[in-house]
Amino acid sequence: MDAPATYVQFAFIVISVPNLLVIVGMVVVFILALLAPFPGHRVIDPDDDDRPR
Amino acid sequence: MTALGSDPAPEPADGSWTGAARRLLERRLPLNHLLPSRQPFFVGSWVYVFGVVAITALIWVVGSGVVLAFFGPGWWHVSSIGRFVNSIHFWAVQLLFFFVVLHLWGQYFMASWRDGRAKTWLVGVVVFVAALVTGFTGYISQQNLDAQWIAINAKDGINATGAGAFFNVLDFGQMYGIHVMLLPIIVTTLVVLHVLQVRLRGVVRPIEEPAVAAGRKPPEAGA
Repeated sequence: MDAPATYVQFAFIVISVPNLLVIVGMVVVFILALLAPFPGHRVIDPDDDDRPR
Repeated sequence: MTALGSDPAPEPADGSWTGAARRLLERRLPLNHLLPSRQPFFVGSWVYVFGVVAITALIWVVGSGVVLAFFGPGWWHVSSIGRFVNSIHFWAVQLLFFFVVLHLWGQYFMASWRDGRAKTWLVGVVVFVAALVTGFTGYISQQNLDAQWIAINAKDGINATGAGAFFNVLDFGQMYGIHVMLLPIIVTTLVVLHVLQVRLRGVVRPIEEPAVAAGRKPPEAGA
């Protein structure tokens, strides 16, 4: 745990593996959020969004 | 023009600011918008959950932070329960930023500043920046080698901006005070304002289906 992190380099980009894994995880979660069906999703009254503008 | 369904009877203006504020809130932010029991159909997506998860993480951050503030560094570094609460605070912050950034991506790609929501977007940006500063002051308030290392490396950058005279990252008292008092008040106040702004305007409609989103054409069942 106390060892220095391993770094990877892509051209001028240098990033530690833990930080890279976090970013990859965020991209994966974002894509899953777009594709995964939302449970209990019902058609809801569209008039609910009729707000003053 | 409102869609409240039960507008209160017009009240004569009495010139007081309290009355004017009450009438403004009743008109712009009625309870059925503040605490809605139904949402537009397009809210049925996991993308809309990111903001709520971020707020949940913020609640854990503030709660664990209050406990840490009560007992101090001598407790959170030494006792097992102190280290446990310290870890909750740390990992809740990681979750907060993880989901705040996902929330930012989601709102960016759906252009959530549309239809009069620019101020909501801007307050979100300010909250993000304030949260970054809060995280930074938190890292240098840990009272360990990490904190010293981060502060030593940050001081030159801060000094280069000219802010070092009144924002001294080597001053634990100043950083800790800002971290546990000033910035949490700013962040939580702005988050409350951000949520109120969302409730004021409602969730932004999808870009790709304006007819369905505007409610002129009912979506397919299960859509």
